Amino acid sequence: MDFLSILSIFVLAVFVGYYVVWSVTPALHTPLMAVTNAISSVIIVGALIAAAAGAITDGGGLSQWLGLLGVVLASVNIFGGFAVTRRMLAMYKKKEKKPAASK
Amino acid sequence: MEHAVAATPAWAVLAYLAAGVLFILALRGLSSPESSQAGNRNGMIGMALAVGTTLALHPTGLLLIIGAIAIGGGIGWVIAQRIQMTAMPELVAGFHSLVGMAAVLVGCAAYLNPGAFGITDATGAILAVSRVEMGLGVAIGAITFSGSIIAFLKLSGRMSGSPILLPGRHIINLGVLAGIIVLTGVFAFDAAAGMGQGPLMWIILGLSFIIGVTLIIPIGGADMPVVISMLNSYSGWAAAAMGFTLQNTAMIITGALVGSSGAILSYIMCKAMNRSFISVIAGGFGADSGGAGAAKGDGVQKPFKAGSADDAAFIMQNAETVIIVPGYGMAVSQAQHALREMGDLLRKEGVSVKYAIHPVAGRMPGHMNVLLAEANVPYDEVFELDDINSEFGQCDVAFVIGANDVTNPLAKTDKTSPIYGMPILDVEKAKTVLFIKRSMGGVGYAGVDNPVFYADNTMMLLADAKKMVENIVKALNGGGH
Repeated sequence: MDFLSILSIFVLAVFVGYYVVWSVTPALHTPLMAVTNAISSVIIVGALIAAAAGAITDGGGLSQWLGLLGVVLASVNIFGGFAVTRRMLAMYKKKEKKPAASK
Repeated sequence: MEHAVAATPAWAVLAYLAAGVLFILALRGLSSPESSQAGNRNGMIGMALAVGTTLALHPTGLLLIIGAIAIGGGIGWVIAQRIQMTAMPELVAGFHSLVGMAAVLVGCAAYLNPGAFGITDATGAILAVSRVEMGLGVAIGAITFSGSIIAFLKLSGRMSGSPILLPGRHIINLGVLAGIIVLTGVFAFDAAAGMGQGPLMWIILGLSFIIGVTLIIPIGGADMPVVISMLNSYSGWAAAAMGFTLQNTAMIITGALVGSSGAILSYIMCKAMNRSFISVIAGGFGADSGGAGAAKGDGVQKPFKAGSADDAAFIMQNAETVIIVPGYGMAVSQAQHALREMGDLLRKEGVSVKYAIHPVAGRMPGHMNVLLAEANVPYDEVFELDDINSEFGQCDVAFVIGANDVTNPLAKTDKTSPIYGMPILDVEKAKTVLFIKRSMGGVGYAGVDNPVFYADNTMMLLADAKKMVENIVKALNGGGH
């Protein structure tokens, strides 16, 4: 892909992000931060490439270890971020409808 | 550097695109609590797809890689299960630092082994445009890392939350920032750097680590909602910059989403404090000395009415409507569970109970909502500032617990006040205000006295928030009937 196509995707994605995030209810702003944190760990893709390439190319030794360390850090975020978001979201409950007593 | 890197096959490009779309759906799900859990699942599927695709494209060294994922994933999983909800702000700050560091590591790995990433020209030199992207990605990643570490230390109380003001900090920060930009430019055209040699990359990295620290240390505790949102945004831009380097759609879409998400949250937080982004970043607000608008007053203790838990219980039992206003103090004393119990008891007596949340209550966006959700308060009883503010005029009791500046009416009247113009919750309009506060000594974060304390319709409940609420619960149980 050439630079301009990538730039186009990027600019459009910024606009998508802008509209999607404004539609997030303020009550869920903390889970929003947790889940954006988890998905930004997609940077693991870069770390995986470095770790995999280091195993086959000469002179990629240091690069491989940097990649592996990156995989560890990003994995903490991916598992931790999605799990903590799930834990939080499970707590948001609606009023139980059963007792129509008060008011 | 002979090996030619094959272009990414079409199926993989499509898989990365699908991952990006799933991430968009993950955020879209958060528009309401009902759809949010499905949204989160979309995010997980997207991540699995992105990781699986990458491993299928590069199936070497798998043993070590799977080991690394298992170690990191295990640590992350355990942290996520054990963390207390009140500690969510520092957890998020800590996680941001990891994204920043991962971006730095990926940037360095690409710099040292550019052939593997397909960013070299025919002579084996790193493409100039890739060098710009790499320099920016590493710089933003390093700022995110060191800035988030400072935010983490402040939020977890391991470092004082009050601003630390270096002399000439604006000059230092602007100088370092200019240095990073200029050096990144030089980096793009320096022949040695193109071959992965020379110190430029490492100087950029070092300067970026430094500016992350110097940017965050002057910012005080209650401005943390802006800081944490800003770092959230940076972690996104770092991922996007790396996505440009790797020409990876999933990374670019995600980076753009996260970048704009954090930027919007920063904007909402700034607006809720009526402060400009620049003034928050410049820091120093809420310094110990009090600065601009330290508590005005004549030094004489003004008279106020103090009450007991029994008084509070009696007043609320006989009220028709009670609006509860929680703030950071509720989080500090972990009073949310006792508070929900109090709300339940009042509701049993036929009192209508609602919760009112100011956008900057707490230390991160949505902080109070999560704590109330944790205590099983249904989310449809929790209202945002704009939705509930008009109801204080008709309500019998405003019950303020651990909030101060966000209820201060001086924000509407006193043009010289540092919080002037900040939208506030109009608690003073309620027939009775019950105000839980640890003591009359301290003023709020902004260092401004709150006239609500001394108003005729206010009863101060001076105690630890949790203890006071527990005593009110006891009084409601015992005294009622």
